[in-house]
Amino acid sequence: MRIVRKSAQSDPHRTAVPREQCMDSHEQLTNGLKKGAIVAISSAPFGILFGAIAVDNGFSITEAALMSGLVYGGASQLVGIELFGHHVAAWVIVLSILAVNFRHILYSAALTPVLGRYPHVQRWLAFFLLVDPQFAETVKREDSCKPATFRWYFAMGAVVWVSWILTTVIGAFFGRMIGDPKALGIDVLLPIYFLGLTMGFRSRHNFIPVMLAGAIGSVAAFHIVGSPWHISVGAALGILVAAILPPPKMHEEPDVSEIEREAM
Amino acid sequence: MTEISAFSIDPDTAMLIVVAAIATYFTRIGGYVLMSSMKRIPPRVESALNAVPAAVLTTLVAPPFIYGGWDIKIAMVVALVVGLRFPGLTILAVGWAAVMAARYGLGLGA
Repeated sequence: MRIVRKSAQSDPHRTAVPREQCMDSHEQLTNGLKKGAIVAISSAPFGILFGAIAVDNGFSITEAALMSGLVYGGASQLVGIELFGHHVAAWVIVLSILAVNFRHILYSAALTPVLGRYPHVQRWLAFFLLVDPQFAETVKREDSCKPATFRWYFAMGAVVWVSWILTTVIGAFFGRMIGDPKALGIDVLLPIYFLGLTMGFRSRHNFIPVMLAGAIGSVAAFHIVGSPWHISVGAALGILVAAILPPPKMHEEPDVSEIEREAM
Repeated sequence: MTEISAFSIDPDTAMLIVVAAIATYFTRIGGYVLMSSMKRIPPRVESALNAVPAAVLTTLVAPPFIYGGWDIKIAMVVALVVGLRFPGLTILAVGWAAVMAARYGLGLGA
């Protein structure tokens, strides 16, 4: 049941990396664009889906594009547009979008050491672009011997942002041609995409207990209080477990033994 | 809905979008503002922050699996197994193929 993998480094996130060694600006640009392109491809169905649903629920094409450009958070936009279609009060819509996006507070806290390195204007722009895959890829890059410089971060973020708006407009134009998302298997893409992102962190300290707590917490909250609050409740439980468990010791490959012991 | 409305902007809708965007931006800087007001980050807080990716992403994965139909469950298990060896885009492609196979081959989740 437990998937435990030996990691090459012990919690590499906090170990000092000789940054000068990897300041290849060409690599930063191309890798950022490549990562952005992968996310653009996998998020394209949702951009199209949002555009289609938005127009269906009474948004104009311009309004749909405006929401994708400014709010820039797929799940929250889908929730928002769904409520808008049901003529729910505006403040309830804003509050629901806030609830879905609440996890970004955790992202910005976790990326403080990374984005805090950027100069002021770049930093505030970087936070604007901080969506789920941007966060995950930034953490992964920092975990390896490659600093997530602003050049890399912006290259990736710009590709994702532009493609998000473009696919929204495409969806808004051709919305009625899509038909049932379920018939085309679009509905399963988002959970599987997030599953892949989650697995990218499986060599991290405390991954198993944190994941279990997040899973149990979110499923229970989904049942009891409903969506979108289950995200915040599950995340809070997972993070709480990590805070309670003993912090990692900075030795050679402590991951396996510690996870084994703590999972008992 | 008339043809004219395709590109128009309703002031109330625009206001709603802008307020939602501001609220979202606050969530994206909120954690940073909190963290940078601390002088030193205690080890427990650091552990907690290191757990953020797994904790949050799991909440986006577990409920669809538990509450989804057998088609979704099968596709996600297949994706999990594939994910032990292969990167993101492969997981996505295989998972999508699995859900289509489950729906049209096995007739699940109709």
